[in-house]
Amino acid sequence: MRNLLGEFIVELRAAGLPVSMSEHVDAARALTAIDISDRDMVKACLAATLVKNGDHMPVFSTAFDVYFSNRHASGADLGEMNEESSNADETKGDDPNATGMRGSGRSRGMGGGGGSSMSAEELAEMLFKAMQSNDLNSMRSGAREAVDRYAGMEPGRPVGGTYYLYRTLRNLDLDTLMDRLIAAGTKADADGLEERLVKDEAKAKVEALKAAIEAEIRERLVDDRGAEALGKSVRKPLPEDIDVMHANRDEMAQLERALKPLSRKLATRLARRRRKRRRGPIDLRSTVRRSLSTGGVPIDLRFKPPHPAKPEIVVIADISGSVASFARFTLHMVHAISSQFSKVRSFVFVDGLDEVTHLFEESDDPAEAVARINSEADVIAFDGHSDYGRALLVFHEKYASTINKRTAVLILGDARNNYHQAHAEVLADLKFRARNVYWLNPEPTSYWNSGDSVIREYAPYCDKVVECRSLRQLEAFVGDLA
Amino acid sequence: MSSIDPRQELADRLGLAEVPPARFENVAEVIERLRQNDYLSDEAIASVTFLADRLAKPVLVEGPAGTGKTALAKAVADAVGARLIRLQCYEGLDESKALYEWNYRKQLLRIQAGRSESSAEDWSALEEDIFAEEFLLTRPLLEAISATEPVVLLIDEIDRVELETEALLLEILSEYQVSIPELGTVKAKQIPMVFLTSNNTRELSEALKRRCLYLYVGYPDVERERDIIISRVPGISTALAEQIARVVRSLRNLDLKKAPSVSETLDWARTLVLLGREEIGEADAVATLHILLKYQADLEKATKELVGRGKALA
Ligand SMILES: Nc1ncnc2c1ncn2[C@@H]1O[C@H](COP(=O)(O)OP(=O)(O)OP(=O)(O)O)[C@@H](O)[C@H]1O
Ligand SMILES: [Mg+2]
Repeated sequence: MRNLLGEFIVELRAAGLPVSMSEHVDAARALTAIDISDRDMVKACLAATLVKNGDHMPVFSTAFDVYFSNRHASGADLGEMNEESSNADETKGDDPNATGMRGSGRSRGMGGGGGSSMSAEELAEMLFKAMQSNDLNSMRSGAREAVDRYAGMEPGRPVGGTYYLYRTLRNLDLDTLMDRLIAAGTKADADGLEERLVKDEAKAKVEALKAAIEAEIRERLVDDRGAEALGKSVRKPLPEDIDVMHANRDEMAQLERALKPLSRKLATRLARRRRKRRRGPIDLRSTVRRSLSTGGVPIDLRFKPPHPAKPEIVVIADISGSVASFARFTLHMVHAISSQFSKVRSFVFVDGLDEVTHLFEESDDPAEAVARINSEADVIAFDGHSDYGRALLVFHEKYASTINKRTAVLILGDARNNYHQAHAEVLADLKFRARNVYWLNPEPTSYWNSGDSVIREYAPYCDKVVECRSLRQLEAFVGDLA
Repeated sequence: MSSIDPRQELADRLGLAEVPPARFENVAEVIERLRQNDYLSDEAIASVTFLADRLAKPVLVEGPAGTGKTALAKAVADAVGARLIRLQCYEGLDESKALYEWNYRKQLLRIQAGRSESSAEDWSALEEDIFAEEFLLTRPLLEAISATEPVVLLIDEIDRVELETEALLLEILSEYQVSIPELGTVKAKQIPMVFLTSNNTRELSEALKRRCLYLYVGYPDVERERDIIISRVPGISTALAEQIARVVRSLRNLDLKKAPSVSETLDWARTLVLLGREEIGEADAVATLHILLKYQADLEKATKELVGRGKALA
């Protein structure tokens, strides 16, 4: 008998969700209080006890569908979730179809393709009707039919779900489907607003169909390979753990979405910390004076004002192709918490260097300022390949005099210098003037100093060189700075 | 496998004479009874509410502003016929405002009175005297625990208090009791339902999250938002409500600085009803969009995307 809950939690943790021991116990206890043949209830129950962050729900949901696929997670398996009794009864059968959960309990194989009774036109018609009338059940059968027909799934073949998804979608001709939905939904006298609403609606429906197809494929893959193997292949990192340098388009979109709330939270946390620190030591004289009104009892304590020293920050960021997103994220985050610093000045470079501080001063939304950098900053002096040495020289010449013992200098980049001169002596002088020099490198440490990476030449003049590949690492670093 | 009834267990720990009956039979009943109290829930909201009752656990409700987190606790209280006790959180909230406070004026008076009577009065007797329930000011948390009638406790906007202040809540959330050093432990006399809400402006402590069931309430889908509008805006037609919900859905997909909340949707709906509109034309939309969107940049973007189609607007 399997300890399904235990396996499921192992998968959640592998995907980055912080599930604690006590939450595991809670989930197990909660399951004893509900009807475990009701799959939706089981899902709600596990979500409420194991996931404590809205951003983690999609990861949970995918993992749940893999581990509790309709026919696999039988009531018997769930009954054995409680560890104390996991070895109690070995005689119960392990027939996955015996006490299947409520839901589509049909049995089906990988689907050989072409075995379907519908023609391509009939399928397209069925999907169109289902989507037009918002008939979820028909849409799901349509999705099943489509996978049967087009995915060409073969047992044991080690390809990922995206491959089958791609094949199915390519054959479905969703553009035509979308156009038909739009045409059917648009009244003759519709104005521009109404047209836009119809279009957005059609888009949402097509997305829902895609999700249904994806779920269908996933379920068949679970049949074929088992949950554990599949879990690994469909596992997606949490937004804050995505490798910024190697993010694909979808991941990049997730990063963009995660950045704003993350920066906002960081700002709130730091502002609170500073406000609390603001309370200095007890002001005895004032406290005693106050206590006169309460009969000499010092009920109301008075505090001396403290002297918080806010640092000045100078950011110098490489914004050339490979590290551009990393620079954008860092600039966004630093400026989002700019009230924590007495001053923030930002410079960007490729082989020329330009100040962009004013862009951030002109808008209260760092995202907006960051978006303007590309079009407005003048950073190309020669061929448009990063030249750290030149950038440092230019910076030193124009701005070295503004660096002082309250300044923390933050350099962002992979130190891939395209075989130009490093001019590390310039950094040495900056280090001499500044309070601190930090270098954030978005590449994994193992790549440093390979090829044209010259980070080792600069490292001696930095207080710290930090590997910074994810929003989580970035947030930790920026938070410590304030 | 023996099943444990968490309600039974908690009732035993609290020393209640009997286990209070479950409040809901099933999830469908939760949905229905919330609907009767003008709250439109969905599967996730209703399931977690159902579980909160069955498992006797608090619920932490998180999500963007104006998505009905506070309203949920109110509707649950109405649906189960309980008194709603609310603790509104703010920065600087402390024990004396959340839990209880000694009424020190009254205590001082008592001490003064004692002095004049007999100077030999035993201090320990006096101490026992002034730390009696009579001198206690109950604040929302203690009030919810001491209540004998059914209550729903709402701890609203918990993310506003400092992280350390959360510690005040931990005992209540897991033990349904409050320890008062001078007085002993006050145990709940019933099993209150407890809701905490958060706008997610900061990370809550692990300790707090571990003690709660978690519910994320995002923006409703078009159908649910339409129904919310119909139930909250008297005199609105279904067609108009539906169109409003569709416009709002499109707006929320626009990547704005601040997406419209359900409260803003309702404000917009009320305005359109006041203006006597049966449907929203482009001109109406442009003229009233500022009710939904608070930033100039958002307004411009929305106008351009939704009604612009490249043509200039008069
Ligand atoms: N599901 C719903 N059913 C009925 N009314 C709703 C629903 N959701 C929201 N509302 C209405 O929307 C308004 C905002 O809800 P509420 O104040 O509860 O939001 P909130 O999530 O607590 O927001 P905040 O985070 O700003 O406190 C209320 O007037 C409420 O009546
Ligand atoms: Mg609220």
